[in-house]
Amino acid sequence: MSVIAFAKNWNGKFKNSTYELVSYTKKIADQLNTKLIVVSIGEVNNEDLKSLGKYGAERLISVNDPQMNILTSRVYSQVISEIAEKEGANIIVLSDNNSGKAIAPRISVKMKAGMVAAVQELPVSLDPFIVKKRVFSGKAFAHVQIDSPVKVLTIAKNCFGVLENQVDCLIEEFEPEVSKDLYKIQVLEEEEQKNKVILSDADIVVSAGRGMRSPDNWGVVEELAEVLGAGTACSRPVSDEGWRGHEEHVGQTGKVIAPNLYFAAGISGAIQHVAGISRSKCIVAINIDPEAPIFGVADYGIIGDVMEVLPKLTEAIRNSKS
Amino acid sequence: MKILVCISNVPDTTTKVKFKENNTLFDDSGVQWIINPWDELALTRALELKEDAGNSIDEVSVIHVGGAQTDATLRKALAIGADKAIRIDACAADAYYVAGQIAAYLKENPFDIVFSGIESSDYNGSSVGAMIAEFMDYPGISSVTNVDLSNSEVVLYRAIPGGKQKIKVEIPFVAVVQKGITNEPRIPAMRGIMMARKKPLEVKPAVEMDVLTKSVKFELPEAKGACKMIDAENVEQLVDLLKNEAKVL
Repeated sequence: MSVIAFAKNWNGKFKNSTYELVSYTKKIADQLNTKLIVVSIGEVNNEDLKSLGKYGAERLISVNDPQMNILTSRVYSQVISEIAEKEGANIIVLSDNNSGKAIAPRISVKMKAGMVAAVQELPVSLDPFIVKKRVFSGKAFAHVQIDSPVKVLTIAKNCFGVLENQVDCLIEEFEPEVSKDLYKIQVLEEEEQKNKVILSDADIVVSAGRGMRSPDNWGVVEELAEVLGAGTACSRPVSDEGWRGHEEHVGQTGKVIAPNLYFAAGISGAIQHVAGISRSKCIVAINIDPEAPIFGVADYGIIGDVMEVLPKLTEAIRNSKS
Repeated sequence: MKILVCISNVPDTTTKVKFKENNTLFDDSGVQWIINPWDELALTRALELKEDAGNSIDEVSVIHVGGAQTDATLRKALAIGADKAIRIDACAADAYYVAGQIAAYLKENPFDIVFSGIESSDYNGSSVGAMIAEFMDYPGISSVTNVDLSNSEVVLYRAIPGGKQKIKVEIPFVAVVQKGITNEPRIPAMRGIMMARKKPLEVKPAVEMDVLTKSVKFELPEAKGACKMIDAENVEQLVDLLKNEAKVL
């Protein structure tokens, strides 16, 4: 028996969500009185691998193969399943992000393991194995029971937090045999936004809606985001109108985010928008309409014109920092 | 080439969610059912690709696992423009079961491209598409934001954190699509609705397949405390509260 966490890297580096994943999985391993095995795929230097020991990774299996630097879900799922078989793992945990969404379902089919995506907290019960997940796009939670011997989970960001638990991290190299036939996809180009906070990683998000009246008015949003080191986001009508790119759309059909602090400026707060932000720790709403439903979900509210309030707020935050 | 779009039947996104039988079952009384929003975008994009004659796509079909009560949703997909609808006659018990049913159909009736929405707005499992790819041993590309079939090769764009990748892939494959794949979902026109009545809606029996997970209980989120209002002339107070009360700055 053992528990596996798949630690995804981005260009050889781990993120806070990886540390959270290791912390979470270590906790489950402790509850089951079993060992945690962390798996890393692609090139990562030893120092970065060792850093996972801070969160309880006592054993780390590294597949340090440059050919595997780019996510190929078929290859990754095969490698993880192979290690899981070899180690007799009964729980495999991944982060609920683009790569987890691509890999976890494949492991589920390979190992005939029941899978639950975007788990919200530690298992509700270990026997039977029941986890809590968000359903109906955040309007409710379900307790889902997994009946198969092997279980696959992806965990939602900020569902558990990072928990320090320093251990010595023993690194083992592993060279799986992977058929060339599995590399059927070829990355032709890659484009990355430079010097911009990545929305899904951001601790603070400044988001704006139709209340901004024109795409030309976004300067005040970006200035507030800059002074906070925040990511920028928008509501659906704004991305549908082409005022901002689709990658900024948060809500039911866009991104679901869970930052510590979310500013909703000129966003009325339709139920579909709230579905994408309801897991934020603190919500600040700025809206000219005192009846706007966003005030029903916000922790703090200001009634006023966003074009006047946002610059004042930027100034106040800048002053508080100096 | 043929495209198969997987369709999920979900409550309208404005539905107020309720449960019954001691919070163990979703209460569907008075619920309006729709095509899962991402599946609707996938269908729209598939039809756009077909309409571009250069792409030589001769069929766009939709497939769904569900009971007879979901036929209205499939008729809507036909009205939007799908050529054929297939319904596997079974309760969509969990993602593994649904993906297994669709894969079993695909093995008998091959398609070149399979589209699936990134998640369904009811159980948010975000796994059926990638599971189908695994059952079929096809490449699967997740988080797809665009599909380009011109220049006689298949090029997809995949979202990555803070950017995108341009990817070349060979058919057959599964693309799990998200927002951006097309601008707006199509709404059925009168002519489409009339034509949909004559289009085939095939009902197939389910194959033997295990169910690995089940929802045993539901709960609603805790009600949020009252919103603390701050005067627009006194934003310094907000900064102070965020720092010292909420401790998020």
